[in-house]
Amino acid sequence: MNQPASAYFIEERHDPNETHTLAVLVQNEPGVLARVIGLFSGRGYNIESLTVSETEAQKHLSRITIVTTGTPMVIAQIKHQLDRMIPVYQVVDMTETRRSIERELAMVKVRGQGEHRVESLRLADAFRARVIDATTESFVFEITGNTDKINQFIDLMRPLGLVEVSRTGVAAIGRGPEGM
Amino acid sequence: MSDKSHDPNQMTGAAMIVRALIDHGVTDIFGYPGGAVLPIYDEIFQQSEVQHILVRHEQGAGHAAEGYARSTGKPGVALVTSGPGATNMVTPLTDALMDSIPLVCISGQVPTHLIGNDAFQECDTVGITRPCTKHNWLVRDVNDLAKVLHEAFYVATTGRPGPVLVDVPKDVQFATGTYHPPRKSDVHRSYAPRVKGDAAQIRKAVALLAGAKRPVIYSGGGVINSGPEATKLLRELVEVTGFPITSTLMGLGAYPASGKNWLGMLGMHGTYEANMTMHDCDVMLCVGARFDDRITGRVDAFSPNSKKIHIDIDPSSINKNIRVDVPIIGDCANILGDILQVFKAEAKKPDIKTWWQQIAQWRARNSLYYKKSNDVILPQHAIQSLFEATRGKDTYITTEVGQHQMWAAQFFGFEEPHRWMTSGGLGTMGYGLPAAVGVQVAHPDSLVIDIAGDASVQMTMQEMSTAVQYELPIKIFILNNQYMGMVRQWQQLLHGNRLSHSYSEALPDFVKLAEAYGGVGIQVHKPSDLDGAIQEMISVKRPVLFDCRVAALENCFPMIPSGKAHNEMLLPEQANDEATAKAFAGGKALV
Repeated sequence: MNQPASAYFIEERHDPNETHTLAVLVQNEPGVLARVIGLFSGRGYNIESLTVSETEAQKHLSRITIVTTGTPMVIAQIKHQLDRMIPVYQVVDMTETRRSIERELAMVKVRGQGEHRVESLRLADAFRARVIDATTESFVFEITGNTDKINQFIDLMRPLGLVEVSRTGVAAIGRGPEGM
Repeated sequence: MSDKSHDPNQMTGAAMIVRALIDHGVTDIFGYPGGAVLPIYDEIFQQSEVQHILVRHEQGAGHAAEGYARSTGKPGVALVTSGPGATNMVTPLTDALMDSIPLVCISGQVPTHLIGNDAFQECDTVGITRPCTKHNWLVRDVNDLAKVLHEAFYVATTGRPGPVLVDVPKDVQFATGTYHPPRKSDVHRSYAPRVKGDAAQIRKAVALLAGAKRPVIYSGGGVINSGPEATKLLRELVEVTGFPITSTLMGLGAYPASGKNWLGMLGMHGTYEANMTMHDCDVMLCVGARFDDRITGRVDAFSPNSKKIHIDIDPSSINKNIRVDVPIIGDCANILGDILQVFKAEAKKPDIKTWWQQIAQWRARNSLYYKKSNDVILPQHAIQSLFEATRGKDTYITTEVGQHQMWAAQFFGFEEPHRWMTSGGLGTMGYGLPAAVGVQVAHPDSLVIDIAGDASVQMTMQEMSTAVQYELPIKIFILNNQYMGMVRQWQQLLHGNRLSHSYSEALPDFVKLAEAYGGVGIQVHKPSDLDGAIQEMISVKRPVLFDCRVAALENCFPMIPSGKAHNEMLLPEQANDEATAKAFAGGKALV
């Protein structure tokens, strides 16, 4: 009856899933991203968004920002598992600190004529999206904001002739004068 | 000619590898040559400080290095070629990762300009071994090699120990560069394992221990990995507190089996008293163990009424399977020392007389009981006889994986750490024979016995040849029941006794096989011949295959069926058909 599906199955918990944004400071060396991604796939964790770029070239430091979901116990595991990797300097849970700003950039291509075209431009203006490419029958908008804002903008563009979207994924930074 | 030609630190990559081994005190390595490591083998040929043991399969090199590491506390070193040499190392690397064994593997790689070209014997070694090492490196520049090698040894042996791999392309082995001896800056600044426990947490732990009515100490392989000081302190803590102690498979020997507070091993095939003590305790002190599923059984029924203290050097072990109340991150020896100091200064030995009375009742159930026979050798009896025959001798035991392994853990008493080498986490059949080779290399004059099963031992049997070549007098003590015993046991218990492919139809004649390898074969059928045969095995100073024919259908009890709680153990005398069917009902999907 109420048997767990496997002995490896962790206690059936009904803890709700949470979404957390983690900032991971790593040594920029070959394979470091593969290690991080391999950890997530190998242990069955979710990646909602992942961005990575070198942030301090002289020190060979890269910053990886990962948005992930899981129960509080899983989120704690993810942080510990990341932290024990050799090239990882620091893992900061931007969600837990509650003092962070998150931004994402998207480029949104919309194709249309007449009223649709005018409406897309009007909405872009309302969302403070910029036109970065235009033809007589299309626009490419650049929009920056948090994930919700971008999702909302894309939803609005859909009936107006949405062609494609390219998103950077989430970048996050703490508020105030201190670094991580 | 430049001045550099006189600089003794100018050398080839291959020479650096041998030099680094010497600088790290390595005296023995296990390996197998091939195209991509020929320059290293050429260097090995021209020196005498590092002895190379030629195995017969790279997996053997890995397990031998593991056995060497576990029995000495020093890192084990394996050297393999590219491609299949490296892929054959995947099992030992994973095994070492699961059991936290310090292992340094050096693999050859095709020349850098061929990497990615699907060259002969090329594989993405660092990609393949990334998830089965603590860390790995591909060295593309000979001037990075010294630093990487030194870091590899440091990472393998510090913090939670584990396997590392350094992949060295052939052109880097040939290239000349600058070597430097080990120095601090060789290590990633991001790697700094915590050693010292948090003082406030230690006080909390002591307060819990001092107030315990029904305490238990549950120790694991971390105590052994931490070194002799941790073992000493653990024993002292047991003495000072008077608490009962149990241990995981990996931790056997940290507390002596003859000690009066010893409950025996816990877990799926642990003793009744150990598991009941765990289930009913009010304070649990877990030292260097990780609440593995073989230990906990059903997690939501695991020791439901206890406060749990967990000492571990790896923060990711905390709250992974079981939520604990007082986690303490750091090295076992360090933290045990602090706990003892605070306990002695501030606490009294708690009065737990009634708890011990309760434990005595559980002990009286005699959960390791089995019925001896005059006609056929019972496997438990064989292990007991082996234990009696080796008592007082300088003995090291390795095992394969399965029933024989559990019987060895139950019936062979370990008095000291580093004497018991078994594949715990990964459960690697074929581990024991090559591990015994490694142990014997480290301890040439000791008695090294691989307690084996007839199925497991055939997985790495080729290493008999290694033992013969290097005159390593290992003893392979095969409990031969002609089955994959544990597979058969599960099929009996969970799959309607349909013994699908668990019977070994065509076993070799182990006596002839031993002789074919140049070793000694002994076979015994009758219980009355057993002791004499064991004496003969011990007295022979050559590798022995000991074919001990045992009762074919004996099962390993007691047992916590998967997904059941500690207090739902199946004891041997209860294991009739009906009780068994009931105990295992619905558990088929479990492992």
